[in-house]
Amino acid sequence: MSQSAIDRTGMSRGSLTSYLTGFVLSLILTAIPFALVMSGIWSYTATLAAIFSAGVVQILVHLHYFLHLDTSSDVRWNVVALLYTFFIMALFVGGSLWIMYNLHWRTM
Amino acid sequence: MFGNIFGKLSLSAIPFDNPLPLYAVSGALILALFILGLITYYRKWTYLYKEWLTSLDHKKIGIMYIILAMVMLLRGFSDAILMRGQQAVASGGSLGYLAPDHFNQIFSAHGSIMIIFMAMPFLVGLMNIAVPQQIGARDVAFPFMNSLSLWLTTAAALLVMVSLGYGEFSKAGWSGYAPLSEKTYSPGVGVDYWIWGFQIAGIATTMTGINFLVTILKMRAPGMKLMRLPLFVWATFFTMVLVVWAFPVLTVTLAMLTLDRYLGMHFFTNTHGGNMMMYVNLFWTWGHPEVYILILPAFGIFSEITATFSGKRLFGYTSMVFALGVITLLSFSVWMHHFFTMGASPKVNLFFGIATMMIAIPTGVKTFNWLFTMYRGRIRFTTPMYWTLAFIVTFAVGGSSGVMLSIPPADFVLHNSLFLIAHFHNVLIPGALFGFFAGFYYWFPKAAGFRLKESWGKRAFWCWTIGFYLAFMPLYVLGFMGMPRRLVTYPNPAWYPYLLVAAFGTAVIALGIAFMGIQLFVSIKERRALNDPTGDPWDGRTLEWLTSSPPAEYNFPKTPVVDDIDAFMEMKERGVAYERPDQYTDIEMPKNAPHGLIIGGLAFVFGFAMIWYVFWLAILAALGILFTVIARSMDDDIHHVIPAAEVKRIEDERYRQLASASERLHVSEQAIPEPVPET
Amino acid sequence: MMTTEVSTIGIAHDEVVEHPSTIEVQTFGFWIYLMSDLIIFATLFATFGVLGRNYAGGPTGKDLFDLTYTLGETMFLLVSSAAFGLVMLAVRDGRKKLVLMGLAVTFLLGLGFVLMEINEFYGLVAEGNGPDRSAFLSSFFTLVGTHGTHVTFGLIWMGTMMAQVAIKGLTSPVQSRLMRLSMFWHFLDIVWIGIFTIVYLMGVMS
Repeated sequence: MSQSAIDRTGMSRGSLTSYLTGFVLSLILTAIPFALVMSGIWSYTATLAAIFSAGVVQILVHLHYFLHLDTSSDVRWNVVALLYTFFIMALFVGGSLWIMYNLHWRTM
Repeated sequence: MFGNIFGKLSLSAIPFDNPLPLYAVSGALILALFILGLITYYRKWTYLYKEWLTSLDHKKIGIMYIILAMVMLLRGFSDAILMRGQQAVASGGSLGYLAPDHFNQIFSAHGSIMIIFMAMPFLVGLMNIAVPQQIGARDVAFPFMNSLSLWLTTAAALLVMVSLGYGEFSKAGWSGYAPLSEKTYSPGVGVDYWIWGFQIAGIATTMTGINFLVTILKMRAPGMKLMRLPLFVWATFFTMVLVVWAFPVLTVTLAMLTLDRYLGMHFFTNTHGGNMMMYVNLFWTWGHPEVYILILPAFGIFSEITATFSGKRLFGYTSMVFALGVITLLSFSVWMHHFFTMGASPKVNLFFGIATMMIAIPTGVKTFNWLFTMYRGRIRFTTPMYWTLAFIVTFAVGGSSGVMLSIPPADFVLHNSLFLIAHFHNVLIPGALFGFFAGFYYWFPKAAGFRLKESWGKRAFWCWTIGFYLAFMPLYVLGFMGMPRRLVTYPNPAWYPYLLVAAFGTAVIALGIAFMGIQLFVSIKERRALNDPTGDPWDGRTLEWLTSSPPAEYNFPKTPVVDDIDAFMEMKERGVAYERPDQYTDIEMPKNAPHGLIIGGLAFVFGFAMIWYVFWLAILAALGILFTVIARSMDDDIHHVIPAAEVKRIEDERYRQLASASERLHVSEQAIPEPVPET
Repeated sequence: MMTTEVSTIGIAHDEVVEHPSTIEVQTFGFWIYLMSDLIIFATLFATFGVLGRNYAGGPTGKDLFDLTYTLGETMFLLVSSAAFGLVMLAVRDGRKKLVLMGLAVTFLLGLGFVLMEINEFYGLVAEGNGPDRSAFLSSFFTLVGTHGTHVTFGLIWMGTMMAQVAIKGLTSPVQSRLMRLSMFWHFLDIVWIGIFTIVYLMGVMS
């Protein structure tokens, strides 16, 4: 069987270090929001901001350490597609919430 | 749920008491049996199975898509005849010949079929035929998934057709608004037929979206940089962006409606916290990109045809590409204009109204570029060019009526009136459909190996164009006069003369369709005389005209290297278009596979079983699909090799044809070389 | 699937680009599929955002959710995601036995997640708080359930891959499929981050 074909995709460029780093960071970024909500020590707004931030950062950790996304040219189209998807998601979710809350306020 | 082994199935679902569908279905069944009988008589089953049904060849898949589209065009148009006929007689107290129940099914079927089962397969078929060749590739990125998409779409279309003869179709319109489409108000099977038809076709289309997106980004010939792509390829690319990022919304929306209907959930019900308006919001989040999916490929086709038949490079290539991009981006952000009247505040309406108006700008850029391409060109008035000219003039009217509707206060008067119906038919027919017809005429010789007879094509064109104006211009007036859409009868006799004209227009269009049928028949009969020996019947500009007509399975014996926009024209001008390579190599192509066909069949069974609540059968079919997918993935022997000697034999034959054609046509600019002597 | 022969037709050879490999095409195609899957979840999140407070007089998230339980599910999924990363390293090194072991571990952890979720759903339905109780519960069950269904399909795929690795070894097509499965698996963990944040954590906060 010939040598591994994986290297040419640019996607499996991981190493033991990257997976372990990603894992540990994810553990921390999971523990913090759960702890904050379960203990209730911060105010509602502060907790909300914290759990959203932790979530966003953990997603970025997954994208970089597990899915090997970065600024290199190998993964350029993948990153472009992902950023576009985030844009459309924001448009659809934000747009739906705006429209539906507006309709609710006006008709209910 | 597992109660009744036969679910809701019963003999009473056959419309014995209803002459119209009964005769229609009987007629269709007789025709189908006749065709099956012919195939059996001429012993063509093996040929059909091996060469077409299990083929992964994008060119054949494209042809089959177009056949599906044409069949469904006839069905959707029959619905149109019925509606126009009904409205032409049901004036001022008269009831006409259609019961309201049936009329509602007819307008629901008409829209559903024309959009999802006529237009979508038509444009996907044309993309399949042209795009891989235009980028200098041998096939799409995922040939098996291509076959799967075809058969899933066919299965979905079959479900909708079956609804005519067994059960009923949805009465909730092609858009299926809740709560009318919920179980409480549509307890029958109609909405379920609609749901599963759309759902299965939607999944197929999403797969096509992924397929062509990857094909265009990853499978281009060397030198085919993005800004050298033919405009039809760019249009396909942006269409696929719309597909991949919008169709999932439809999948989820239909799924939620399904969960409401089957499991009593409360997404869009009017009790227990459901929100019917959320359905409308989500449906149009998909629905608006969908209509741009329908029109963008037509824009691409018109760009190709305008350049080719003006004998000039397309004017403003870069701005054409950017215009497509801007339209794509904007079309994701205007969906709310479909429900201006649902009750949102002026601020919300205004945002979406302005965004909608803005789409006219890049569209205008494209229109002017087509005109500038023609200016000072040497225009050849072929049938594709006829369709293009009618498009440019007529689509402008339809687009303008759209800008009128985008003004929220105006829309409050015009929403759901015949003005709206006139607007969207005005952009869909002279826009999308004429584009697909033009593409059909343009690429027919490439796909079939012979041209279509121009005379009948032009007659068909005139009938379609005149018929369109007669059928739809009165509807603008009727909209201003206050006539709502979807009326089975109406009290106001003042509307009658306009509806009569519209019905007459429909008859003229019917004549156009008949002429197209005659054209096909005559052209096939006279195909030897209409033969296209060179593969380049139009003096084309893009790479698909480099291949033979029809092309060999592998398209290009050697992948071409591209230097410029209009790659083929550039090669012809340099005199290198028909250069023969020193030697040929083995070419690896996908083998045929039955799995796409099998999964399509199982999908039909699954859909039918779900509609009729035969859940054990649905589960079996779903498991069957899973096993077929796994079986396919276990198969490692999925390619076959065309040996170099065979490639040489095919190419030698091609060059013999080219040489004799150039003698007959006295073509002097091209150096058609002698076939390479046998070694 | 395509030859990498370049024609002698035409001139500009500095434009000649190496053709992407099959695995690159397949991986990129799967990435685009994942983008479409993100839109599926975006729609479900939007629906949860709109309907998520329509309790219809029934229970709220605060009433129903047990964050310790959710944390347990989260750990199962996170560890399985990390485990799959190690599987891909083993694939690159061509170590078939390690790959099979790693897949088995990932599978068991994923199965743990699914079983916990089924148990959670069953409990809710049994006490009359099924998806037909309110719009909130419909959107909850569908959003979380769709994710769980994806994980289940991932498990079926994983089982199939274990069979393929055992039977065929780490051939090129098998590696390509494992690559795509790994992308799928990581992606599902990413979606879960959104779910536990927006559905469970926010649901419990008041």
